[in-house]
Amino acid sequence: MILAASLLAVLAVLLAWPVPLAVARSTWPDRAPGTALLLWQAIALAGVLSLLGSLLVAGLAPYGPHPIAALRVLTSDVGHGEIPPATSYASALALAAAVLLGVHLVLNLVATVIRTERQRARHRSLLLMLSAPMPEAPRTRLLDATAPIAYCLPGTARSLTVLSAGLLDLLTEQEVLGVVEHERAHLRQHHALVLVAFRAWRIALPWFPVARRAQHAVGLLTEMLADDQARRSVPDPVLARAIVVTSGGTGGEPVEDGPASDPVSVERRVRRLVSPAPIPAGVRIAVPVAALALVVVPPLLLALPAFAG
Amino acid sequence: MESLGELERTALEQLWDAAAPLTPGELRDRLATGDQRGLALTTVMTVLSRLEKKGFVARDRTVRPATYAPVSAREEYVAELMHDALGAAGDRTEALARFVGRASADETAALRRLLGLG
Repeated sequence: MILAASLLAVLAVLLAWPVPLAVARSTWPDRAPGTALLLWQAIALAGVLSLLGSLLVAGLAPYGPHPIAALRVLTSDVGHGEIPPATSYASALALAAAVLLGVHLVLNLVATVIRTERQRARHRSLLLMLSAPMPEAPRTRLLDATAPIAYCLPGTARSLTVLSAGLLDLLTEQEVLGVVEHERAHLRQHHALVLVAFRAWRIALPWFPVARRAQHAVGLLTEMLADDQARRSVPDPVLARAIVVTSGGTGGEPVEDGPASDPVSVERRVRRLVSPAPIPAGVRIAVPVAALALVVVPPLLLALPAFAG
Repeated sequence: MESLGELERTALEQLWDAAAPLTPGELRDRLATGDQRGLALTTVMTVLSRLEKKGFVARDRTVRPATYAPVSAREEYVAELMHDALGAAGDRTEALARFVGRASADETAALRRLLGLG
């Protein structure tokens, strides 16, 4: 079991730092955003599983050679009101850490989902009072603001696409179509679900710089995926121009600088539209295989008796 | 008018525009001058109670008939909404998916050159 615990710990460390750093620095994700999004999800899931798994296996080691049998020994002893004699300080600490971390992550996910839902509900309630429906477009609201704004408000029952009067003034009809298709793609592909999971992950693990990096990368990848949907309806240069024009200013609205203003992301989105490049053949096959392996390996290390030495 | 939601919005706009709190009857008369012909008083009451439940209007029960007034000025709600939408509200903006973030003037100029927009 020491071998399994060590392997899981090594995997957890790799997934906490060098692997996400390498993915974040590579350039292929801009060309294959869907594949990259899959990989980020696998990294996050496998990272959490291996971290929890290594603590769990280390904590269960005194009770038997196999984690599941050891868990049975522990629960039956604890059920009889006894602490197993093999328990050491280290193993008790590892078990407690595994349980606390697991509970922390689950509670945090639930809290983040609830908070996000509340924020959306508040925004929706304001929006419905302050914007007019667009008769020619279903579930689209027009905001009377000079800043060029476009966003979508995901909702379980009724999602909304929001455009501002300033945006319609600045963009041509084709460009507006591109923007609308982009927002619809976010809603259709349920990007909000992936984003809330990574948001929860970042909030739960504030001491892991990787969580912030992952959230940023995933946010940008969903934008690229939505761009790719919009490209089906409008030519690339039209979409590129829409992105640049809308990023160009706030139309005189006074705003503070927020973390969401990110010129690098805008540039990366425009560059891939202006000079598209093919996906490297290796990426197309190797990355999905690696993503699958990442998710499968931690449970295997827990379950395989081969590692129970 | 197609929906109760839109009626709520028009009613709230009338309350914002009014100089003083309105009774349901006064509100109905104001709405009737627009495109809201023949609106029943019960409908106006429903709309007002829904707005009250959502926290947009407050009812003054000390007078008879009760009057209704907006809880906050329109500008305050607009400011809150724009704060979210323009990405200035960090955490809260994460709840929305926006089309683009904002770039500085320099970066925008560089991007425009990239696209040949001058």
